[in-house]
Amino acid sequence: MQGLTTHKLGCIRGERAVFAGLDLALKPGRAMLLSGPNGSGKSSLLRVLAGLLVPAAGRIDWEGIDIAQDRDGHRARVAYIGHADPLKPSLTAAENLAFWAKLYGFDPDIEPALFQFSIESLADIPVRYLSAGQRRRVTLARLALGQNSQAGPALWLLDEPATGLDPGAVSMLANTILAHLSNEGVAIISTHGGRLDELLDASAERFDMGGFVT
Amino acid sequence: MIGFSILVRRDLRLAFRGGTDAMMGVIFFVLAAILFPFGVGPDAAVLPRIGGGIIWVVALLAALLSLERMFAADHEDGSLDLLYLSPVSLGQLALAKAFAHWLTSGVLLLIASPVLALLYNLPSAAFLPLVATMALGTPTLSLVGAIGAALTLGARRGGVLLALLLLPLYIPVLIFGAGAIDGAIAGRDITPQLMVLGGFLLAALALAPWATAAALRQAIE
Repeated sequence: MQGLTTHKLGCIRGERAVFAGLDLALKPGRAMLLSGPNGSGKSSLLRVLAGLLVPAAGRIDWEGIDIAQDRDGHRARVAYIGHADPLKPSLTAAENLAFWAKLYGFDPDIEPALFQFSIESLADIPVRYLSAGQRRRVTLARLALGQNSQAGPALWLLDEPATGLDPGAVSMLANTILAHLSNEGVAIISTHGGRLDELLDASAERFDMGGFVT
Repeated sequence: MIGFSILVRRDLRLAFRGGTDAMMGVIFFVLAAILFPFGVGPDAAVLPRIGGGIIWVVALLAALLSLERMFAADHEDGSLDLLYLSPVSLGQLALAKAFAHWLTSGVLLLIASPVLALLYNLPSAAFLPLVATMALGTPTLSLVGAIGAALTLGARRGGVLLALLLLPLYIPVLIFGAGAIDGAIAGRDITPQLMVLGGFLLAALALAPWATAAALRQAIE
């Protein structure tokens, strides 16, 4: 089986089962849109898939190989976007991106990523002075950094990535994700509906986490 | 090792951009040490005798001040998740963070300590031992401190908890650091104290990053 599959995946947070018996399968070049009410475990699922949380039960396979057998390999293929913007207020947008590019061994040329999210004019401004939406764009530009590098991450895990974005920026995000999918990449995205869902509709499966509330 | 230097340079840059924040520890160090003569009186016989011990106690407290923020900002803004997912191991991260903390606190304390020695009228024989014990002791404070900083991540009133956790662990460094200065003033050989401090540093270098990494893994969960 190519791509990502999970088998009877379960997650416990604070002695409460968030989800259990979760079976997912996603082929390369496809996205999955996770929906469901608050607290249905979308964020927990994404953290488990990223390897940030250890699942309480079940297992996750990539290309048929259990990720628990290959932790370093799995970390190298994951691009994770969480709720918070991991940016340092006193550094400029360009310095923040350059740091992550260097640390992850991505292509050190960050210009294309800035253009992809139309933030080239913000490059030399300390993140402290950026609006929430602008910060989000800088955070998302990290995806473009990996995309523009050789052997960039193949598995994108995006936790409500469109929060705070204007319609133009949502289109930029959608185009970035579609380019990733056309490159045989996989993306799992938690959303509450909206424009991003519509733009990705043709390339995405849908999965409702609501049925797994326990 | 490339990851190590990237992380250290980033932390130093953040410390410099933070401006006065980085200087806070050393300013506290000098101010607190200046307070003691007001409390015990300017007796020229007493001050040199207690000076070495006071400088060391105040150095411990000054190092503690900046420890709480070692991982906290990265934890709050989600950077810690990304650092974990990066090719750099958590052990390397812990070592880099402790090294950057030492450069921005321990080294400044080291530079300021001879000035305090002058204020306390320590005999000139104690100057070199003071700097030597600080050079061997302050990296240990940063390395052991990293364990505490990682363990108290996400805890309410983390700063107080951190002090309760770390101060007992700092006692051995204090005993041998202050002991070496007393020995030097009394004209004794202080090689044994320096050897023990060096031993503490080597043990901390080997064990602390590993313990810090385990604590960080818990914090990410």
